[in-house]
Amino acid sequence: MAISLSINGVSHSLDIEPETPLLWVLRDEIGLTGTKYGCGISSCGACMVHVDGQPAKACQTAVSAVAGKQVTTIEGLSKDSNHPVQKAWREVGVPQCGYCQSGQIMSAAALLQKTPKPTDSQIDAAMAGNICRCGTYQRIKAGIRRAAQISGA
Amino acid sequence: MTDLNLSRRFFVQSSIGAAGGLLLGFHVPQAQAAKTESRPWTTPTKGVEVNAWLSLDPDGTVTIRVPHTEMGQGGMTSVALMIAEELDVEWSKVQAVFADPNRHLRNDKEYKVMSTHGSQLVWLQHPHIMQAGASARERLKEAAALAWGVPRAQVVAKQGVLTSGARRAAYAEFAAAAANVKLTEEPAIKQAKDWWLLGTDVLRLDIPHKVNGSAQYAIDTRLPGMVYAAVKASPVPWGKLKSFNADAIKNRPGVIGAFELRAVAGKRGQPDLQDAVAVVATSWYRAKTALDLLPVEWDFGEAASVNNASLSAHAKKVLGETGLMTKEDPKALEAIAASKKVVTADYERPFEAHLRMEPINATVHVQDDRVDVWSPTQDQSAAILLVADQLGVDPKNVYAHTMFLGGGFGGNGAGGTGVTRQAAELSKRLKRPVKVLWSREEDIAQDKQRPMAAARMTASLGANGLPEAINTRALWYSIDKMNQIGPATADYGIRNMPYNIALRHHERHNVETHVPSSTHRGPGANQTGFITEVFADEMALAGGWNPLDWRIEMTKGKDDWQRVLKTLKEKAGYRTDLKKGEGMGVAVVECHGTIAAACATVSVSRGGQLTVEKIVIVADCGHVINPRGAVEQIEGAVVYELSHAWLGGLEMRGGRFVNTNFDSYNILRIDQTPEVEAHFALTGGKKWGGMGEPAGPPVPPAVANAIFAATGKRIRSTPFRLHDLSWA
Repeated sequence: MAISLSINGVSHSLDIEPETPLLWVLRDEIGLTGTKYGCGISSCGACMVHVDGQPAKACQTAVSAVAGKQVTTIEGLSKDSNHPVQKAWREVGVPQCGYCQSGQIMSAAALLQKTPKPTDSQIDAAMAGNICRCGTYQRIKAGIRRAAQISGA
Repeated sequence: MTDLNLSRRFFVQSSIGAAGGLLLGFHVPQAQAAKTESRPWTTPTKGVEVNAWLSLDPDGTVTIRVPHTEMGQGGMTSVALMIAEELDVEWSKVQAVFADPNRHLRNDKEYKVMSTHGSQLVWLQHPHIMQAGASARERLKEAAALAWGVPRAQVVAKQGVLTSGARRAAYAEFAAAAANVKLTEEPAIKQAKDWWLLGTDVLRLDIPHKVNGSAQYAIDTRLPGMVYAAVKASPVPWGKLKSFNADAIKNRPGVIGAFELRAVAGKRGQPDLQDAVAVVATSWYRAKTALDLLPVEWDFGEAASVNNASLSAHAKKVLGETGLMTKEDPKALEAIAASKKVVTADYERPFEAHLRMEPINATVHVQDDRVDVWSPTQDQSAAILLVADQLGVDPKNVYAHTMFLGGGFGGNGAGGTGVTRQAAELSKRLKRPVKVLWSREEDIAQDKQRPMAAARMTASLGANGLPEAINTRALWYSIDKMNQIGPATADYGIRNMPYNIALRHHERHNVETHVPSSTHRGPGANQTGFITEVFADEMALAGGWNPLDWRIEMTKGKDDWQRVLKTLKEKAGYRTDLKKGEGMGVAVVECHGTIAAACATVSVSRGGQLTVEKIVIVADCGHVINPRGAVEQIEGAVVYELSHAWLGGLEMRGGRFVNTNFDSYNILRIDQTPEVEAHFALTGGKKWGGMGEPAGPPVPPAVANAIFAATGKRIRSTPFRLHDLSWA
C-alpha cells in the first residue's frame, strides 16, 4: 500500500510496510541521513524530528502515523543552515563528534518555538531526552541561551 | 563526487602569551555564519601538490590533507593548524580534506601515522606534521630563489606570498617547481615563541557540517545496489553457533537470506570474527526485524556461569596472593609490617562499554579488481589490512574511505571490532555492497569492553602523618591475552604514583577472562586514577592532612605537578569546612604526557541523592595549539568519566552483560551534568602532552573524595549509584 509523506515540504509516495519506523524511511528509503539511529527504543533522542511542528522521535513513529502530516528533519530546519539554533551552535562550537547533534538541534528548536526564553530548568527538562556521549551539554545550554538571544534580537 | 571543503571562516584571535604558568579560562568567541559544503572524501584533484600533505590553488586556497580521523577531538583542525603555522598562509584560505588511506599504504606509510589514538596527534605527532609544512615553505622559497637568482635566505614566505626585494609572487606560482626541489637539509620546526597561529582560539573546521545533517558518517553510506545486514553474534563471547532456522523468516518482506559467520581459529585477536548469524535484506529495518524472529541456538560453554559476583570473588582471591613483582622492595614490606599506623583498602571497578553514539557498522563493496570500505575506524590503514586479510586480497587493491566518526573513545582502533570482517565476508558472498549495522544492543554486547580493575593498597605512615612505605597489588584483565595494553598500562598508574614515598613495593596479577576488551579513552588511568587518588585521600586524612596540601607536600621537587596543584588551589576554592551534605574533593592523575587535576563540588541529600555541582580542571599539557579545542576536550572528558563512575558499570549474568541499551546502561544527561571550568598551567618548553583523554581520570576520584567530605562515606568501587549515600 502506498503511503504519501511530506518531508521538508517535498511529497513522497512509498510502497512500504506501514509499521516501518519513520527513522528508517528517512535514512534508507529517502536518503535523508542527517536523522540518526542511536538506540531504537526512544532513549537517546538522536532521531528527533518535527511532525507538524512538534518534536517526535522517528524511531518510535510508524510511517503510517505521519501520512498527511508535515515532517521536518535537520535537513529542512532552515534553507541556508541559519536557523537561530544552527547559528548559535556554530558560534558556541557545540558539536564534537556531532552524531547526536541533529537530534539536539531539533529538540532545541522545538523548545524555543514553544518557550522563546527558557530558564535553565526548562532547558534541562526539554533536553534530558537527548544523549551526548561527547559530553557537550554545557555548550548545548550555552547554545540554547544564545539562540534565544538571536531569535529575540 | 565533491571534495569536502572545510573552510575556516571562523577565526578568532585571543590573547595568549608565551608558555610558562599560562592560565586560560573558558571563552566562547563570536563567529560569522558558515558556508557548508558536502561530504568528507579523499584527496582532492584540484590544486598543485607540493607534498603529500598539501596542495595550492591559483586562487590562494590551501588544501591540507589530514591523515587522521575526526571523531570530535578536533584532529582535523589541529593538523591544518600545525601545517598552516609552518607554511605561513592565511588561515581563512585553508581547507582540510581527509587524506587517502590507500595512498598512505601504497607509498610506504607516506603520512607516517594514520591511526588516531592515545591523544597523540598533537602530543607526539606534531614534529612530523609541522615539518611537512616547514618543508613545503622552504621548497617554495628555494623555487622562487632559483627563478629570481637570489639566495633562499633573501626570500621571505609570509601569508601565502613570496617576496624578495621588489619581487613578489603567490605561493601557487611556484607550487609545481617547489614539488621538485630537493633541499640539502630539511628545516627544523618552529619554537613556540615564534608561533603566529598556534595558541590562538580557532573554531573547529568540521562544526558547520555538524549543524545541518550534512556531515557524513560511515553509517550514512549509501551505494547503488547496496543491501543491509543485521547481525547477532553469540551473546556470551566465544559461544558456538549451533543452528538457526532460516525457513522461519524466508517469507518476511525484503529478506534476501540468513548467513552463518564463523570465528576463525587463530584469529582471536582484537579484530576478531565471532560466531554469528547475519540476516540480509533490502533495508536495515527489514533485516533487523527478521533477525529478531530468527530461531538461533548457541552453545555458550563454561563462560555461561560467570557473573559479577564470581568476578569479584575471584578478584578478592587473587589480591590475596603474591603477584608478579614489577617494583620489588622488601624494605617497604618490612616497614609496613613493623608500623603501628597502617592504611589499607581494596578497590574495584567494573567493565564499561564505549557506547559511541554511532553504533558500530561497516559497508564493504567487493569487486573483481578492488574492494571499498567505509567504516568508523580510528585506523584506516588497519581497516584496509583487516579486509585484505579476511578476503585474501592484496591490500593495495583495498580502498578505505575516511568518514566522520560518531565517537571513537579508543574502541574503534585497529579495526577494534569484527564488523569490518563481517561486511567483507557478506559482500564477497553476495557480490554486492553490504552495509552491516549493529543494533545498539549488539553494539553493547559485542563491544570490546574496558576491562574491570582491582587493587589492594597498603601504606604505613610516619610521625608527621605522611606515608613512609607503600605496597600496592593490582589486578588487570588482559586484552585477549595481549600482555601490553591492559596490564602494562594499568600497572603504570599505580606503580608510578607521583608521590615522594621512600619505600615502594608493587605487584601485578594478569587475569584472563572470556570478555574481549580494548583500549578505552584514557586506558589504564581511567580505572587506576580512581584507585590511586581515592587512596591518596585516605592516606592524607589518616595522617591528619588537608588532602590538597598533602598532594602539594608529597610532590615537592616535581615542578609540573606543583604548578598544576598550586594552580588548582588558587582557582578552585577548595574547602574542607563545608556543612554536612556538601563536600569538595580533589585528585590529580597523569596520562598521555599530561597532568590533570580536578576539584569536585558535590551535594548529597539526607536521602542519599547525589548532585555534582561543579568540576574545576587544571591541566599541564605543555603547549596548547588551540585553546578552544583543548577546553572542549576537557569538558567532554569530564562528562565521559563521570558518566561511568556515577551511572555506569556493566553487569554480567550468565556470561553476558545484561545492560542492553540506554535504558539499562546510563550515561550522564544534561540535567545531571555539572558546570565544568577549565584552566591550564603550562610548562611549555620541550614538554608536550595529549588533551583528548587526560582530563577524565581525575574526575571519579575527585567526586568520590567529595562524597566522603559530604557524607563520611568512603567509596572504593564504582558506579556510585550502587552505593547508599544517605546520612543522618
